[in-house]
Amino acid sequence: MDWMQIFSALALVIFIVVLFPRTREMLNHSPKATIVDWLSFAIPIVVVFLFIVLLIKLV
Amino acid sequence: MNQNYSTVMRSASSAVLTNKVLRNTYLLLSLTLLFSGLTAALSMFLNMPPMTYLISVIGGMVIAMFVLPRFANSTAGIGIVFLITGLLGFGLGPILTMYASLPNGNNIITISLAGTGVIFMGLSVYALVTRKDFSFLGGFLMIGFLLILLAALANIFLQIPAMSLMISAAVILTMSGFILYDTSRIIHGGETNYVLATIGLYMTIFNIFISLLQILGIMSNDD
Repeated sequence: MDWMQIFSALALVIFIVVLFPRTREMLNHSPKATIVDWLSFAIPIVVVFLFIVLLIKLV
Repeated sequence: MNQNYSTVMRSASSAVLTNKVLRNTYLLLSLTLLFSGLTAALSMFLNMPPMTYLISVIGGMVIAMFVLPRFANSTAGIGIVFLITGLLGFGLGPILTMYASLPNGNNIITISLAGTGVIFMGLSVYALVTRKDFSFLGGFLMIGFLLILLAALANIFLQIPAMSLMISAAVILTMSGFILYDTSRIIHGGETNYVLATIGLYMTIFNIFISLLQILGIMSNDD
């Protein structure tokens, strides 16, 4: 294990520790969503996923 | 009558503010992307070592998280945005040099760049045209992002290529969600500071590009 991996791991741990309170706050303050809301999010995400598959086929 | 008039005036001024934030955000985003391209080219020209990427990303993230919010409402904020994006672009140099040296490298870089542009523009247009409020995604996306960071941390020790591929795919899908969330926040007045809006969208573009490079790089090696 080289120093770059150790440095990356340390940086990730610090980011996780810093982001955790913000995540908890956002989770508590996010408005409730309906199935229609989730569908309007899921559809473009599925399209993005299929687009990535298409890009993989292209290379 | 007077109440109706004031309501109309309030919603009109809110729409003007939203359009101004959107216009300024996209203008600053375009300029920062161009600047990043220049610093990436400079970094490639200088043949910077691979550790440049790690140092630039950590430096950029620290400035974005701890310094930028203090100056976001002043003109210094614009300079800091250029500093962050220039730094991240400079860090991209060694990664691009590495991919360019692969047999199919230039093709991978071009497709990743075009793919990132298509994903960003497609999702932005979707959020702008539907005007859907995606504020409910905030907590969900942050949890997803934290899980990705945990998985990336585990994979530093495990070194599993398939896991690396899955992490990159998860980053692209999560960042796609953040594009919808951030754009919707600007449209609905949740974000009125174009400096912060720009850095949020820039980070999503940067992460999508890096992850696409990684996925296409791994998949093209499988042939």
